[in-house]
Amino acid sequence: MKVVRLAQASPPLDERSLYLRSLVVRGLVGGNRGHVGSSMSLIEILRVLYDDILRFDPKRPNWPERDRCILSKGHGCLALYAMLADKGFIPVAELDRFCHVDGILGGHPERGKVPGVEASTGALGHGLSIGVGMALAARMQKRDSRVFVVMGDGEINEGSVWEAALAAGKHKLRNLCAIVDYNKIQSAGPTAEIQDLEPLVDKWSAFGFATVDVDGHDVDALRNLLQRLPFDAERPSAVICHTVKGKGIPFAEGDPKWHHQSNFEAKVLEDLQQAVGGMR
Amino acid sequence: MRKTCLDMVHTLAKSDPRVVFIGSDLSPGLLGKMKAEMPERYYMEGVTEANVIGMAAGMAMDGYMPFVNTIATFITRRCYEQVALDLCLHDLPVRLIANGGGLVYAPLGPTHLAVEDIAIMRALPKMTVTAVADADEMVRLMRATLDWPHPIYIRLGKGGDPIVSKEENGFAIGKAIVMRPAGGRDRVLLVSCGVMTGRALKAADLLAKQGIAAEVIHVHTIKPLDSKLIVERARDVRSVFTIEEHTTIGGLGSAVLDVLSEELGPNMPYVKKLGLSDEFAKNYGSQDDLLELNGLQPPQIAGQVERVLMQARVA
Repeated sequence: MKVVRLAQASPPLDERSLYLRSLVVRGLVGGNRGHVGSSMSLIEILRVLYDDILRFDPKRPNWPERDRCILSKGHGCLALYAMLADKGFIPVAELDRFCHVDGILGGHPERGKVPGVEASTGALGHGLSIGVGMALAARMQKRDSRVFVVMGDGEINEGSVWEAALAAGKHKLRNLCAIVDYNKIQSAGPTAEIQDLEPLVDKWSAFGFATVDVDGHDVDALRNLLQRLPFDAERPSAVICHTVKGKGIPFAEGDPKWHHQSNFEAKVLEDLQQAVGGMR
Repeated sequence: MRKTCLDMVHTLAKSDPRVVFIGSDLSPGLLGKMKAEMPERYYMEGVTEANVIGMAAGMAMDGYMPFVNTIATFITRRCYEQVALDLCLHDLPVRLIANGGGLVYAPLGPTHLAVEDIAIMRALPKMTVTAVADADEMVRLMRATLDWPHPIYIRLGKGGDPIVSKEENGFAIGKAIVMRPAGGRDRVLLVSCGVMTGRALKAADLLAKQGIAAEVIHVHTIKPLDSKLIVERARDVRSVFTIEEHTTIGGLGSAVLDVLSEELGPNMPYVKKLGLSDEFAKNYGSQDDLLELNGLQPPQIAGQVERVLMQARVA
């Protein structure tokens, strides 16, 4: 089932975006499985965060002064692993052992196993509360660390997300930024049909967030926006990123059946590799 | 016990900067002094159990030791996944202070009775499960929490429970206490937790009058269970009675049964689990009323012990 694509006007993917996608494909090949669509829609969000926004040191993943980035939609972990490999938190070759019995990169990311992973996620609707706790901890410790929580659109069906949003609003957590990867397709189908989220910007605003929406594949627009954080000195920020599920993989874009795939046929792997400009 | 527990949060917070209090929607003015003295470490967050647990996890990841407090049913069932994943999977030093464990909220009906809390908390890796006997022992537990790096479930009694614990018995998380030793192979073993230890001691007194020697072991930490002590004391008795204000499915009785079966195999003593029946409470009244309906008051406990011994003699 193809659905209307809402971020079609995005600029074409540049070499860096294609390279990061090739790392995701390397993980897909390594594990012979993975959440393809959910990872590909996330790439530019994580790229801009790690390239331009977050304060971190791969040599000291537990550095107290770092910014925290929680991938609350843990099933998009291949995008995070690609980013962590690119930044040197883990060796790139680790991607070849995705989901292996002796590997550290599982189908959902785990804190303590993977340097740079801030919270073990996978069950949905947990990350924002953890982020609220981290943001409050930073405030109590008078650290200027910021906390970013990246969520999926299906994920924010969970009531716990809105409990956390209430708390973030109440505490005026200006050091917290909620990011929604709004690719408009959850596992069962289009969000508009399964559990409509609209008006989404208004919802986050009503919960006390200074909320802005943006094309989640437009690197310049994302960078310019995130460099303006916090959007309001008295409120947490929310960024609704309009994205395309499976972005960059023409045959997967906007197709719910590419949410997760396994046991790839050789031809499919070839097509995936070709779509990202071949393996580097 | 409840007041003591919460007062201890304040006391501990004065000397340990890691200590934070997070309540849901509790009594107005609760821990007012702490709130006044250290407002930055006092949180009252409303009826948002899932968020409160996740938030505590986030704080603990950055060095804090949050004490989270709400009603036992809601801190266990309502946010079970958050407890399992945010706290246990990350193995964080968050403390769950559970008001009204067991039948305390009897007049409020089955929505408020935490009668399987021990079972579901005990099933989680890394979780420590405690049920102390009285307010004095609560002080000792609360002091010990500061040096325990794992999540802890703290089951609270009704309050005003008679003091039966003794300072000289010491206290360490995971170490059971022989409260009332008895000798001889003919003795029976009563193993209890929480406020049932007071009732077990009374039952032991009643049994003594009948010429039956009963030893009472108080298990304030149901997980990790003091298997060593329990096996050592149960090895040479014919019958063991576990006594808990909890369903007989998965609680103290099950834990004791598991370890005796594992360690003593065919030589294990007969084990009788005394606890709540596998059903939602049908009655209101008081905690004592419901304990009585479940056969858990001291004369009833003593009576059950006598019946078992009688049957054994006949057999």
